[in-house]
Amino acid sequence: MKITASICMTFAAAAFACAFPAAAQTVKIGLISSYSGPGAAQGDQIDKGAKLYMKLNADKLPAGVKVELITRDDTGANGDVAKRVAQELIVRDKVQILTGVVWTPNMAAIAPLTAEAKVPFISANAAGAKVVGMSPYVARVSFTLCQSAYPLGQWASKKYKRAYSAVSDFAPGHEAEGCFIRGFKEGGGEIIGSVRIPLANPDFVPFMQRIKDAKPDALFAFNPAGKQATAMMKAYGDLGMDKANIKYLGTGDITTDEELQGMGDAALGVITVHHYSAAGDRPANKAFVAAYKKEYGADLNPGFMVVGAWDAMDAIYAAIRAQGGKIDPDKTMEILKNYKNANSPRGAMSIDPETRDVINPEYLREVRKVGGKLANVELETITTAIKDPLKEFEKKK
Amino acid sequence: MDAFLSSLISVAFHGIAYGMILYVISVGLSVTMGMMGFTNLAHGVFAMAGGYILVSFLARFHLPFPLALALSFLLVAAASVILERLLYSRLYGASELEQVLFTIGLIFMSVAVARLIFGTLQQPVLLPDYLKGPIVMLGREFPVYRVFLIVFSAAIIAGLWLGVERTLWGAMVRAAVDNRAMAQSVGINTKRLFTITFAVGSGLAGLGGALGAEIVAIQPTYPFEQLVYFLIVVSVGGLGSLRGPFVAALLIGITDTACKYWVPQFGAFFIYTATIALLLWRPAGLFGKRT
Repeated sequence: MKITASICMTFAAAAFACAFPAAAQTVKIGLISSYSGPGAAQGDQIDKGAKLYMKLNADKLPAGVKVELITRDDTGANGDVAKRVAQELIVRDKVQILTGVVWTPNMAAIAPLTAEAKVPFISANAAGAKVVGMSPYVARVSFTLCQSAYPLGQWASKKYKRAYSAVSDFAPGHEAEGCFIRGFKEGGGEIIGSVRIPLANPDFVPFMQRIKDAKPDALFAFNPAGKQATAMMKAYGDLGMDKANIKYLGTGDITTDEELQGMGDAALGVITVHHYSAAGDRPANKAFVAAYKKEYGADLNPGFMVVGAWDAMDAIYAAIRAQGGKIDPDKTMEILKNYKNANSPRGAMSIDPETRDVINPEYLREVRKVGGKLANVELETITTAIKDPLKEFEKKK
Repeated sequence: MDAFLSSLISVAFHGIAYGMILYVISVGLSVTMGMMGFTNLAHGVFAMAGGYILVSFLARFHLPFPLALALSFLLVAAASVILERLLYSRLYGASELEQVLFTIGLIFMSVAVARLIFGTLQQPVLLPDYLKGPIVMLGREFPVYRVFLIVFSAAIIAGLWLGVERTLWGAMVRAAVDNRAMAQSVGINTKRLFTITFAVGSGLAGLGGALGAEIVAIQPTYPFEQLVYFLIVVSVGGLGSLRGPFVAALLIGITDTACKYWVPQFGAFFIYTATIALLLWRPAGLFGKRT
């Protein structure tokens, strides 16, 4: 009898230990990013942003609450893999909140799962306009392309008469193209041509030669951040298009802070509109850039994806704080919908409760040399809070 | 009419420049695959290594551009000899599947190593001032670097041609391509010949990667992303010849450029359509010696 009792006691203790692992509570967060494949440079930015936030902000968690970050590789713009790793994170690792994702198609593949499993997902980058609407458990802290392309079109229409649009041929490119053209035409500008360039394109010179021969005043460009943007800008410089008085305009994707040094002097003078620049002189940004350089090296600049991941973690930490570490999916979404951050490196940002999409400040910037290095110098604040214009257009219809 | 003529000139120019890069990077693959019968999918690894050597020597040690270019050839050729002796030579008689698996594995390893050493960002190429910007020829502006690329590649191609057609080494290579067993039985040391040929082929890839670095960005996934272009050039040109890949590279370079210039909406898939059509017409490639 005694033996049985003691065994029972042991089991009971074990069961107790399993149900309440420790006095400390652990919140499991799944981070999906591209650690390999052609998007590894971007995925790396998201990884760095999330980990840096966690390292520096442990004190923002309630006492006794810990955060465990579980990372998974989606190998690039690959919806199937993203869906599989999200499923593993939800079912096997039992994560309570998901974040990350460079690519819009990956986010679109994950969104239905978040609704089924009731696991909130916060986009740290993927910017396609419609994906946030795909599930009530999805919110976004990054940006949408229209937020920068539309105001850029409006601004450009006041300075230039004839513009040519050249974008990468995939959904975000089409969005950027449509929004720029809309803004530019509304301001009275004329679009003399537009071209969509394949994503797997090694040589931009033929496209750029075609544009140069059409003699526009301005060229609007969008490529996914990275080597495509660099290659296109080099072609612009090689063909002497700057001397032919064709102004290079684009969303901030084409002059990302981390890639800018690799672009060389061809990038000088390029005008972009975007929500984040590492050269922004807000105190919160200066502290953020200094912390990033201290952690990852003085030569590296954080790009907007680092900020996306940083703010995604800030939103998650806010949700954890408000619930004392016990994550309830619906409460979490309520908190996220009303999330505001006055001290984001990009300036004050928030989430629109109605669409769960981000409201961003937007800046007009020019690439200049600061201390011998290229930087996106912010010239003026175009708006302090812009909702995704595409969704606003649809409301008007 | 004038406008059309001048756009014709620039399409031809850009097409030739692009074709030249394709050729210099791919010709080594044609040599190793055609002559040695080795399915070396890891060819792009050597091109990437050449690119990294060039950008590192330019950025960190401030070597003059021509010296860095020469080093990218020599160092890659030397490294390939070690790889050939240690790894490749063990698989000469193996089946194609084994060779493919081995070389794909090599690509994965090189991607990881490149990422570890250089990070994921692409490397800037610090060109000397005399190779930057446009120059004016025939009333149109052309990028200086591409002019240099065409001239330099033409010189390499001429050298290679002379080497294969006019030297004893070339005669031995050609003999080994045509009939390896016979070449061996008349006393040609095919083992050493293979090592040298492999080194030259890989060195050329390194040189091509370095030359093209300004246009085809050097970053860790390079060997995977460029593989399809090497294979297109080699398969359209035909295995085991030097002339085939040259014609193929120029053809692809010029038509691809023309298509992107005049009908950009078809720019994406033209190159693949042309490849399929050509291979349906001549499965062994334009100048292929094997089927």
